[in-house]
Amino acid sequence: MSPLSGYLLLSALLFSIGLSGALTRRNAILVLIGIELMLNAANLNFIAFWRYGPHPEMLTGVMFVIFSIGIAAAEAAVGLSIIVAVYRHFRTTDLDKINFLKG
Amino acid sequence: MTLSFLLLAAIAILGAAAAMNLKNAVHCVLALTLGMAGLAALYLQLGAQFVGLTQLLVYVGAVAILAVFAIMLTRSRTGETVAHGSASSRISGALTALLVFAVLAWAIFTGISPQQLSGAQPEASVREVGVALMQRFVLPLEIIGVLLTAALIGAGVLAIEEKGGDR
Repeated sequence: MSPLSGYLLLSALLFSIGLSGALTRRNAILVLIGIELMLNAANLNFIAFWRYGPHPEMLTGVMFVIFSIGIAAAEAAVGLSIIVAVYRHFRTTDLDKINFLKG
Repeated sequence: MTLSFLLLAAIAILGAAAAMNLKNAVHCVLALTLGMAGLAALYLQLGAQFVGLTQLLVYVGAVAILAVFAIMLTRSRTGETVAHGSASSRISGALTALLVFAVLAWAIFTGISPQQLSGAQPEASVREVGVALMQRFVLPLEIIGVLLTAALIGAGVLAIEEKGGDR
């Protein structure tokens, strides 16, 4: 097994863990954390392919991950503030109990 | 497949699995910081210094604190633990994740031919990344600055307290 396959396998495992959490947890914040884990698994793929792929001097993988981390930070901030706003309305963050959009 | 890789991978997987399985939401976030720190160490091991340090700053620092704040602000008065949902939804979710992992692992083991890979350790020092950000990637850098400003304002507007029905 080459080193690249090891990193890709780790990334796939992290993605699956995040997916299972996002699908099974009922707390909105923990679902968001699961989505963050999936984003990070994708970032690990970019870095691994940059390290072992052709033309690493172009730094494209590194740049993609830097911008991806920036987007993920913005997503986390907006997502958590949406959860706080939803909590203020419904008095819960349980996704099974938040079952209508009309306020 | 060195020992350090196996150790760091074990830390990352352990942190991620604990973050998705613990009962207390604050413990979940603490486990997440462990997993993210392991991932940052993996980035450093792969030679991407700037990305590893950014990962530490953003995830172990900022996102974890933000998530803990959100948990504290939305904690229900009745109980501290968070429910997992019904058994059928747990089983179907875990099964879906397992299937996705099986497909990804199959693609990894059949898709890569080792002779295309380069073995030389590339160098992405902070200096090189900074020069590239200021020259080739200056437009994306500006755009992400605008996006982060918009996200900052948007998050503030969304979370602001409504008083008497009107803002």
